[in-house]
Amino acid sequence: MFDTALTVNDLIFLAKGAGMTIMVTAISVFFGTILGIVFGVVRHQVGPWWAAPLTFVLDVFRSIPLLIQLVLANAFVTTVLGFRVAGLTVACGVLSLYTAAYCAEIVRGGIEAVPLTLRRASRSLGMTWRQDMTNVVMPLATRVALPSWIGLALGVMKDSALVFIVQVVELLKSTQILITRLQEPLFLLTICGLFYFLISFPVARFGGYLEKRWSND
Amino acid sequence: MIEIENVRKSFGALEVLKGIDLTVSKGEVLTVIGGSGSGKSTLLTCINGLEPIDSGRIVVDGTEVHARTTDLNKLRAKIGIVFQQWNAFPHLTVLENVTLAPRKVLGLSKSAAEEIGVRQLTHVGLADKLAVYPSRLSGGQQQRMAIARALAMSPEYMLFDEVTSALDPQLVGEVLDTLRLLASEGMTMICVTHEMKFAREVSDRGAFFHKGVMAEIAPPEQLFGAPQAAETRAFLAATH
Repeated sequence: MFDTALTVNDLIFLAKGAGMTIMVTAISVFFGTILGIVFGVVRHQVGPWWAAPLTFVLDVFRSIPLLIQLVLANAFVTTVLGFRVAGLTVACGVLSLYTAAYCAEIVRGGIEAVPLTLRRASRSLGMTWRQDMTNVVMPLATRVALPSWIGLALGVMKDSALVFIVQVVELLKSTQILITRLQEPLFLLTICGLFYFLISFPVARFGGYLEKRWSND
Repeated sequence: MIEIENVRKSFGALEVLKGIDLTVSKGEVLTVIGGSGSGKSTLLTCINGLEPIDSGRIVVDGTEVHARTTDLNKLRAKIGIVFQQWNAFPHLTVLENVTLAPRKVLGLSKSAAEEIGVRQLTHVGLADKLAVYPSRLSGGQQQRMAIARALAMSPEYMLFDEVTSALDPQLVGEVLDTLRLLASEGMTMICVTHEMKFAREVSDRGAFFHKGVMAEIAPPEQLFGAPQAAETRAFLAATH
């Protein structure tokens, strides 16, 4: 029962798919986090009333299934606007905004967890809003937000499987291609799962390490 | 010199300062006593511009605090304030807590700021706690750290807002000793406090606040020994 038609070349093919998954995730989490920080700070700073339009847009990105967002965005960019862009670009763009929508909430929650009295103390020492933000609020908010952010990054990594819809061959799509050819679905999906685990595990451990390092203060 | 002229301040419908006039000169130690809700803490947060005022004016060394053109961050650098809650920055060591503002606001180098930090922390008796995180300190030690943090900015005025009220009784003494030390060194101080004995002993003048009004201001012997206003007498009788 351990006979398999899987060759080394097939494994390399899967590894390339995994590489694509890592790349799409890294790009999306990177830009999504930067945008998420900006959106989160704006939402916190201007108050619920002025932030309402932004909140609405972010809610749209959080509520519509990613698969639908990808199909619609792809159709909009290529057919309506008439741009010739790679599926990878569309995939990273949509995933970045999707990440940003979730990240903004995490950032806002982190900022609001910093006691107002602490911010008052730093302002009373003559620190500007910006100095207070970078030296007091953000370091503390990061500690609060880190576990949720790690969860988001891992979630985006798994959700990135959906970008096959815009012709990006990532890990799961590569696996499906092999399944079609080799007809060994269970074995191949196990290997695919193992690849996902190998990608996630270091990220989760790194998060655990940071939490531990920051807990001594 | 801090000049307070006819300052009024409301939170919604509640008027907490009903026209306060007060002048504090350089080197003076003024203590402010009064019941809760009398407006005494609000006055302190108005002096360094953390709270806006509705009318009147507060002038510190010729700079009007609430004027539109005033650089509040610059002004705050010379008015230190310490709150009831010590508000240590939990992610920074004791020394980093104290050196943060001198580095960022005054633009001092790390070594110059650390020199000041070590000096101020030694001053308040925390020389052996430099590399420790605030969570390892007692409330009294954290409060002394907060005082050192404010002193590291070399302020010309220090405002103390009930700095011993959140402390366990056995820790109050060490913080009051630090305040006594500062007073003896000639620091200009406004102390809002409930420690009557301390207030009587350390202050040049004492003020009694009652329902948003400064009911009486006098040298401590008079304020605590022979108060003139009926409200002061009632308050002191109730607290003894």
